[in-house]
Amino acid sequence: MAPLTSRRLLLSIVLLLAALALTAALCSSLGSSGYTLIDLARPAADAETARAMILRVRLPRILMAAIAGAALGAAGAVFQAVLRNPLADPYILGISGGAALGAFAATVLGLQALAPVLPVREASAFLGAIATVGILFLLSSARGRVLSYPMLLIGVILNTVYLSVILLIETVVEFSRLHGVRLWMIGTIPVEQYGLLLGIAAVLVVGVAGLSLYGRDLNLLSAGEDAARSLGVTVERTRGVTVVLASLMTAAVVSVAGPIGFVGLLVPHAARLIFGPDHRLLVPASAATGAIFLMAADTVARTVMAPTEIPVGVVTALCGGPFFLWLYRRRAGGGYFE
Amino acid sequence: MSNPGPVTAGKPPILQARGLLFRHPGAAAPLFRDLSIAIAPGEFAGVIGPNGAGKTTLLMLLGGIVAPQRGEASLGGRPVRSIPPRERARRVAVVFQESRILFDFTVLEIALMGRAPYLRPLGLERPEDFAAARAALRQMDLLDREGTPLRELSSGERQRALIARALAQEPSVVLMDEPTAFLDLRHRLQIYEILARLNRDDGLTVVASSHDLNMAARYSSRLLLFDRGRLAADGAPAAVLTPDLIRRVYATEARIERDPSTGALFVVPLAPL
Repeated sequence: MAPLTSRRLLLSIVLLLAALALTAALCSSLGSSGYTLIDLARPAADAETARAMILRVRLPRILMAAIAGAALGAAGAVFQAVLRNPLADPYILGISGGAALGAFAATVLGLQALAPVLPVREASAFLGAIATVGILFLLSSARGRVLSYPMLLIGVILNTVYLSVILLIETVVEFSRLHGVRLWMIGTIPVEQYGLLLGIAAVLVVGVAGLSLYGRDLNLLSAGEDAARSLGVTVERTRGVTVVLASLMTAAVVSVAGPIGFVGLLVPHAARLIFGPDHRLLVPASAATGAIFLMAADTVARTVMAPTEIPVGVVTALCGGPFFLWLYRRRAGGGYFE
Repeated sequence: MSNPGPVTAGKPPILQARGLLFRHPGAAAPLFRDLSIAIAPGEFAGVIGPNGAGKTTLLMLLGGIVAPQRGEASLGGRPVRSIPPRERARRVAVVFQESRILFDFTVLEIALMGRAPYLRPLGLERPEDFAAARAALRQMDLLDREGTPLRELSSGERQRALIARALAQEPSVVLMDEPTAFLDLRHRLQIYEILARLNRDDGLTVVASSHDLNMAARYSSRLLLFDRGRLAADGAPAAVLTPDLIRRVYATEARIERDPSTGALFVVPLAPL
């Protein structure tokens, strides 16, 4: 891959925005009600119903999927660089699980009552995510080096523990208050008010913009912590800011859509195949690719067995798993994942 | 090659360590207890000593990569840890021994990383950065490999790419941790020759650790011999490479000879003690 130039950066971003718009248009024309975008322009009697269906039901859900995919894709790219682990992903490492436990605990404790004043559920999800990152760093580093495989193992263990705690609480607490927890735990894109979408979109925009500013530092961190330091990176600050932003984005998504797996793992690798490893482009490219992927996956989730819906987490795992195994085999020989 | 001997008089040191106390996290005893050394501008200093002597740690301390628990390392008279990191990176480059580089960055991208301290906060690399990176690659004989991912290179080529990254920083000091550890004869010689030329022509200050006593003796104007965190000897190669010191520090019986063609000393190890 040729080094990043302003021309390549601009061209890639234009390309990604076009693909993003195309996917959004395509997805909003697909659904169990059968309406397409063309119906909006039609002066027919049921244009009103088409409008309601597309603008109130389908579009908010598509936007939610786009926002969630973008956040998870960008967060995955950042976690892979900053944790120095190409297999890192907010889901596998238990960061999403920590956020889920946080959000779930806030709900069970009835803290939602404070929601109009404070975003308690989201804040609690963020605490769960950032605490998990802390545990991962602490337990998987030895003599100043972060060890990739122990980190994955620790993530898997944390994930299992979080899930068990959630299921334990679910069993103890009366079920009627918590219906939908199981579905949420697999990852489902809800239809939300535009107000909430706006809130999460704001977190996403701040997050992706902030992380893109650290793109060069993330490149240098990929060359090693000491090397980054010797090249002028203030490693602690870069790591602090990027981990907080990536955890915030993960937590925002998890608190509404649940822990959706594989997006953060598969999207950055797919984006790297197309756009190269430079994080100044990779972070925004992973956001756009993640949005495209999750919009498509959610459209599959709501149409393929319509009117029954599959949780989107099932779709992402079913495509993400095999893709990742293929990538792993392809790369494993060259020491890419060591 | 002649060995002019340690440069001490006249110039103020470009690198200085004063009273360093350093203990690795979790280690029972400190590695350095009260270490003081000074390197003059334009010196070519070889840091030698057995495994665990503190060679790598010394370079990390001098480069401001790690902080001592007591004492101070300074660069051009300023405490190195107080110099803003990007400014420091324009003056000192460090070549590390162990470098696991993630993802498929190409040789040119790696060399361009050396330009990071010169770029504006959000700027991409400018034509002059590409020129500097390619000049460094040319010196390292890697120009025809610029588009290859680093992972696909041989270990010798990788090492040269990392040295190219350091040269692209256009530093006045390079700290090298065993720069020739994985290199074959030709490239080992080539790297020392390039360093010697930059040292001679551009006044680049070089501090290079090595297990290769013969290369260190041939190219360094001064050798610093470390033994478990203590500076056991410091001076011209002839003063440091003596059978007695080698026996004491390396626990090895050795003979020291002078090569008739290069005039450099060389060590013939005879038997471990």
